[in-house]
Amino acid sequence: MMRHLISAADLTRDEAVRILDTAEEMARVADRPIKKLPALRGRTVCNLFFEDSTRTRISFEAAEKRLSADVINFAAKGSSVSKGESLKDTAQTLEAMGVDAVVIRHGASGAPYRLATSGWIDAPVINAGDGTHQHPTQALLDAFTMRRRLVGRDAGIGQDLAGRRITIVGDVLHSRVARSNVDLLHTLGAEVTLVAPPTLVPVGVETWPCEVSYDLDSTLAKSDAIMMLRVQRERMNAAFFPTEREYSRRYGLDGDRMAKMPGHAIVMHPGPMVRGMEITAEVADSDRCTVIEQVANGVSIRMAVLYLLLGGNESDAPNPRTEEK
Amino acid sequence: MDTQHSPDAARPVLEAPDIARALTRIAHEIVERAKGADDVVLLGIPTRGVHLAHRLADKLEGITGQKMAVGSLDTTMYRDDLRLKPARTLARTEIPADGVDGRLVVLVDDVLFSGRTIRAALDALGDIGRPRAVQLAVLVDRGHRELPIRADYVGKNIPTSLREAVRVQLAEEDGRDTVLLGLKDTAPAGEQ
Repeated sequence: MMRHLISAADLTRDEAVRILDTAEEMARVADRPIKKLPALRGRTVCNLFFEDSTRTRISFEAAEKRLSADVINFAAKGSSVSKGESLKDTAQTLEAMGVDAVVIRHGASGAPYRLATSGWIDAPVINAGDGTHQHPTQALLDAFTMRRRLVGRDAGIGQDLAGRRITIVGDVLHSRVARSNVDLLHTLGAEVTLVAPPTLVPVGVETWPCEVSYDLDSTLAKSDAIMMLRVQRERMNAAFFPTEREYSRRYGLDGDRMAKMPGHAIVMHPGPMVRGMEITAEVADSDRCTVIEQVANGVSIRMAVLYLLLGGNESDAPNPRTEEK
Repeated sequence: MDTQHSPDAARPVLEAPDIARALTRIAHEIVERAKGADDVVLLGIPTRGVHLAHRLADKLEGITGQKMAVGSLDTTMYRDDLRLKPARTLARTEIPADGVDGRLVVLVDDVLFSGRTIRAALDALGDIGRPRAVQLAVLVDRGHRELPIRADYVGKNIPTSLREAVRVQLAEEDGRDTVLLGLKDTAPAGEQ
């Protein structure tokens, strides 16, 4: 297992499947009366959030607490960062306090990589979203949700997503979720198609391991999963499409479009959803929509990642079952 | 390769019929001590303990005519050496639908050695429910306990030196039933 989790592209197929399998076991803990494991007892994990994200922070915090870790939450707002302290100084402060792992969310693409490779801090770094770059645990929880729904909960153990066709729809340009998912789904053997207005397709997308289409309707019938993205208005500095109504008409998912999908196909959304624009209430509330499952699966995936990065002190497991009885 | 003539090679101490007989005896002992097996839950400790638990359940069903509750209990997260070794892959924990509250849980493992796995299993069990009582069944007890733990049912006591390794092979996992005793240095992975 690797030392940090910075990008979904860094994971090999075996590493990714191992995380998904571990998460499957972690998910069972949620069904128990005592939802806690002692694996990270005495370890301190810092959630370093330079950008607001209640959903991701709570998910990580729940995962850390279920593994019995001590949790420090650091929000940049109101901290010394707003007084001008640098990432380096913050990192060295955490190092001095003996933090065992750092979960970082930052508005600047590459901040987690910098933190992991600069030598400022010795602890494993987990990227919880950086700029428009990566959000690997989101990609993992999406893959986990797909494997559960498309392959099966028990049948999925040890399996990847070979041959599954996934369509990712919407604001690809501003989406770290799309980037992470394309990388991970490709590693897991799935065929990915991006569907977006031409203005919301990033430059250089031809080098990504996926197809690109501008027509949602032509991809519906052959998709095993459709992943809707949020239109990130806060990151938009220009007019990328004429009107919301126009976007919704061409790229929104409604009941008619859902009816054209295969019977087993699922609808995903990383949240928060903008109902009426990206997705209609009818689709969002249907059985095929996995938004709530994705939230629950997020905790299991983050538990798995934290356990695998922090559970032991060496990088390679020779044989997990050769132990002193 | 003929390993029988090499002095360092692992030699079998239990063969398939011995293992079957040992499990039959343990099954009868469980029924004897529990006065029937009405509230017994068998929990195997992965990997080979789970197979043994299922075999014991079959034998108990043969004796009592009742369907037995069987599950598996992974102890990985509760091990005291978790931080000293690389992160281990988790195995399955499956608790029968009725749970363990108020029932007699029999933990089943292949080899009892230091006792640390069983300590971890007891901790894990505590997070799952509150059994009426917990007992331990092992196929082989090789000694060298590091904790005050002993088995209630033992297939065979095999006094060993710490230089030796005991290797249990089961048909479900390894294609054949046997218990091998060899020297640790020459032991392939999977020995304990």
